[in-house]
Amino acid sequence: MSERITVVEKITQANDQVAELNRARLDEQRIFAMNLMASPGAGKTSLIERSLPLLSKEFRLGVIEGDMATSLDADRAAAAGAESVQINAASCHLDAPMVKQGLDELDLDNLDVVIVENVGNLICPASFALGTHKSVLIASVPEGDDKPYKYPKMYRGVEVLVINKIDLLPHVSFDMDYFRQGVEALNEGVITFPLSCKSGEGIEAWVEWVADSARERIGQA
Amino acid sequence: MHELPITQNVLEIALRHAEEAGGGKITNIYLVVGRLSAVVDKSVQFYWDIISEDTPAQGARLHFRHTPIQLECLDCGTFFEPEEMTYICTACGGIHIRVAGGDELCLEAIDVEQEEAAPAESGSKHP
Repeated sequence: MSERITVVEKITQANDQVAELNRARLDEQRIFAMNLMASPGAGKTSLIERSLPLLSKEFRLGVIEGDMATSLDADRAAAAGAESVQINAASCHLDAPMVKQGLDELDLDNLDVVIVENVGNLICPASFALGTHKSVLIASVPEGDDKPYKYPKMYRGVEVLVINKIDLLPHVSFDMDYFRQGVEALNEGVITFPLSCKSGEGIEAWVEWVADSARERIGQA
Repeated sequence: MHELPITQNVLEIALRHAEEAGGGKITNIYLVVGRLSAVVDKSVQFYWDIISEDTPAQGARLHFRHTPIQLECLDCGTFFEPEEMTYICTACGGIHIRVAGGDELCLEAIDVEQEEAAPAESGSKHP
């Protein structure tokens, strides 16, 4: 005898539940957390390296590094002055349980900001909530100006867009207007920071945004 | 590649519901996969064949119901299905778009075959 059982359950529900627990934990500790996503080589780790020395004047920083293999990125974050933990994700994205594991390893009582560096990928990370407060996408000029059109889900799902490697604009064919038009159609009014981790141009505005977001979070009773 | 954890979740949810309904062999699994959810059927099937082995769901058939992308223009109120993956209203050209459908990823139902020779008919625990 066969019986049809109605289920109607969201498949990512288990992840979403852990993400909510992560968020509650961060809020309780008054920690501002952000999820950095990008394709490989866009400059996630470089942006962290650039930002940490400026942010560490005011905040105690932790970094959760998702990496397919090696602890190179975590080492770079540690060298730049953050408490860092490495999660060898062996996956195409971080999920909420992995971030929970990272939070377990960090000394949350003594942190103000946690930066989660996701696995380099423009598809999978968009499907998995982590519990962080802000999602940040780092695009980079050499990737090409068509990326918003090709990865709409990723571009729609973020609150902040960093455009890295603007120092290369004179050398590659990247139509900033076309790029921004694609971004605007997907995510109107998204906060955007064009910058160069190499030259340092634009870094200050980005760091100021992180600092403001963190102050707002920490100040909340 | 994110299909592996997704498939694991499918298995977990299916086994849990079968268990709650009194156990038995799961024969069919009905999934709703929106066109926007970036989930590849073949990839789910590939992982399914491996991870369902030696579970009550081994050999269950996966059914994929694909839901189209539905966008709503917040400027003129038109609902439309984009031909290409552009978020621009086909009626007024507006760019204030809300995703109204197509990002679903859900396990809708399962078929469970009860073990035969149930001495005390336990009735229908689930409608």
